[in-house]
Amino acid sequence: MANDKIDLTLYPGDILGLLGENGAGKTTLMNVLFGVYTADAGRILIDGKPVDIRNSAHALALGVGMVHQHFHMVPCHTVLENLMVGQKGYHGLLDRTSINQRMDQVDDSYGLRLDPDARVEDLTIGQQQRLEIIKALIRGARILILDEPTSTLTPQEAEGLFDALRAMTSRQMGVIFISHKLNEVRTITNRLVIMRQGKVVAHRQNDTSVSRRILAELMCGQQIDPPEKPAITASKPDQVLLALEHVATGGANRPHLKDIHLHVHGGEIVGIAGVSGNGQRELADVIAGVLVPTSGRLLVNGQPVNPISVREIQARSVGRIPEDRTGIGLITTLPLSDNMVMPRIREKRFSRHGFLKHDAIYDFVSEQIDRYDIKADGTTIRTGTLSGGNLQKVLLARELAWDPLVLLVAQPTRGLDIAAARFVHRQFFILRQRGRALVVISEDLEELFHLCDHIAVMFEGRIIDMLPIAEASVSRVGMLMAGIKETT
Amino acid sequence: MIGVRLERRDYTPVWLNLMLPFLAILAALILCSGLIAMAGANVFSAYAKLFLSALSSRFNLVETVVKATPLIFTGLAVTVAFRAKFWNIGAEGQLLAGAMAAAFIGARQILPAWSLVPGMIIAGGMAGAFWAGIPAFLKTRFKVDDVVTTLLLNFIIFYGMMALLDGPWKDPLSGYPDSPDILMEAEFPILLKATRLHLGVLLAALATPLVWALMRHTTLGFAINAVGENAKAAHYAGLNITGVMMATALLSGALAGLAGVGEVAGLHFQVMAGLSPGYGYTGIVIAMLARLNPLGVIPAALFFAMIITGAEAMSRATGVPVFLADVIQGTALVTMLIALLFNQYRLRWTKQSA
Repeated sequence: MANDKIDLTLYPGDILGLLGENGAGKTTLMNVLFGVYTADAGRILIDGKPVDIRNSAHALALGVGMVHQHFHMVPCHTVLENLMVGQKGYHGLLDRTSINQRMDQVDDSYGLRLDPDARVEDLTIGQQQRLEIIKALIRGARILILDEPTSTLTPQEAEGLFDALRAMTSRQMGVIFISHKLNEVRTITNRLVIMRQGKVVAHRQNDTSVSRRILAELMCGQQIDPPEKPAITASKPDQVLLALEHVATGGANRPHLKDIHLHVHGGEIVGIAGVSGNGQRELADVIAGVLVPTSGRLLVNGQPVNPISVREIQARSVGRIPEDRTGIGLITTLPLSDNMVMPRIREKRFSRHGFLKHDAIYDFVSEQIDRYDIKADGTTIRTGTLSGGNLQKVLLARELAWDPLVLLVAQPTRGLDIAAARFVHRQFFILRQRGRALVVISEDLEELFHLCDHIAVMFEGRIIDMLPIAEASVSRVGMLMAGIKETT
Repeated sequence: MIGVRLERRDYTPVWLNLMLPFLAILAALILCSGLIAMAGANVFSAYAKLFLSALSSRFNLVETVVKATPLIFTGLAVTVAFRAKFWNIGAEGQLLAGAMAAAFIGARQILPAWSLVPGMIIAGGMAGAFWAGIPAFLKTRFKVDDVVTTLLLNFIIFYGMMALLDGPWKDPLSGYPDSPDILMEAEFPILLKATRLHLGVLLAALATPLVWALMRHTTLGFAINAVGENAKAAHYAGLNITGVMMATALLSGALAGLAGVGEVAGLHFQVMAGLSPGYGYTGIVIAMLARLNPLGVIPAALFFAMIITGAEAMSRATGVPVFLADVIQGTALVTMLIALLFNQYRLRWTKQSA
């Protein structure tokens, strides 16, 4: 059951933190509130009146606004035009002035400002999120639901968001703040609701009695060991296993990489930080072999890869785990075993003269299921039925089974519960210890600081700086993410 | 007020999966019963004639199987193509390509007599593959929409064939637009005395498990499934999308071409305008009813062959026009597509407070 007898109360002036691991039912609950799903049982009351929320337009009419993780906007239109979508015009004519006035009101009340004539595609992710919030406010939302709002923001942008939320609550609005980041939930909320397996397991006032540790345990339902301390020895100047030299890319509708220079040594984890959309995805695609650079070289273990293609990259023993695990990494509608052997299906181990060796495939997949403790009902279960953490284990298993020299991973623990994330991190440390090179692209700074020996920051398609972990601090990396390089 | 809405299912029960084609056919028959009533006949006796006459005699039974043969081939052709999401609406044209190649080889003494039958089979398969290869090349190389190209190529080859029949292939004696008869040695052997049960029936019966085995036991079948389910992810895993697409198209076209070979070498011994009453299009309905499972193609093809055979008898007995068979086919496709929706979604009845 996705949601089981949820009791939740939001008062005017509240910022309610909704905490839970992935799959705990947070998003389902919010979709019920926003009219995407209908509840099987129970009641929803707004201002004490029972309501039946039919769809998102109806939810908005009732004063419930939602800002999703992914924005719903027309990129080639201006801010003002996006705000007019779905608004009643004046006898069929577009009514620019009244929207403009309401934008000014929102600015006065909450300090949320945007240039009405800017095109949405030119806005930063933070500004686009602000537009979503303004849209909800203009439509009269008194209850605002934010789903993982800070995952794509720089630390400084997140502070700006928090200021706006405080301004809203001072005007008796209610905010529901969905997150799994414990620190920020403790910073911004005044009450906490913790969900686990579709149930509310705890209501807490957010005061000094609430610690990170307690929250983590409530979320997981078990004792969590203190975070493991890996033996970070200063990385030896080992051999360069992965090198990108003057790499640039083109392509419509995606950011271009410009003069990327990156060396990753054996026994080293290099983290790639940056606000999303600054070229991290393109960098990952180049290393994975799916995006061919317009210029520059890619070298694995000192040998240039030419031509750059998936097959060639695979042949050079580069393991790749994409950020979109269910769209690019795995084919969710196929059996688990198919996904597990797909990159290697032509190898002698799994096929002969074009015929599959089902027994060998079965043995291999069973072995991986055991080794990585993948929770799956058999080898041929539909891959999409696995949980996020298990999907990531499948990808890890399939790439690590061939002992790669280099491992590229994007957003390794996004959507994973704490235990699964720790498992993934442990695998990285083992590889590092064995002298492999790792590139970890992540929007979770905490994760990068925990894992990496070096942190490279991307901004507008360039690596604007790369810091040894000892010299990196959240504020310094945050400045770099915003494109500000200290000149000292 | 009571409203209804679609919600995504978390899982699909097995029984529902198995029942879907039957529910779809049942729905199609119920929908079409209105038409029978309009034609002034008793719905039950019309349907009884429609289905039972195909089973009523040995002759009719064999005829049903013979009718099902091209449908099995086109059904398999569409099944293979759709698995890779190569939207081959062109089995009809590929069938004609195969038929023309077979008629060309079979009517000439360019091959030794013993090799005429295998020669026609190979030439017909290759012609169908070629005709499907064109849209596949355009799709993989230039991203031209395959639905449009495969469909339009049907008309190109049909009118090309008609031009041939009206010109170089025209029967000089009768003046009919029929191609010259193929040689006696080129005719498919008859497997059952005094019937039309020809070699093509056996080929279709063999092709089905072969296609199933290809999908289940070979790396090509593995790749076809992967590319069809998610081409991006398949590419990321190192599969050659272009190669798989082309191989799928050639295989699909060859299967459809064999349908044409069977009709020429086993039944008509020549090419004429009415060679295919839309077997290629019916193949799409069959593939959908079979849920793109090669083994499901045979029962689905037999079902449609039954309707086609029975339509005449029904018409004679009850006065309902034979076109009802076509209407049922079309309706079955629509109901099957709707039924497939319930594979992923379920209906939710909601009470709305106005």
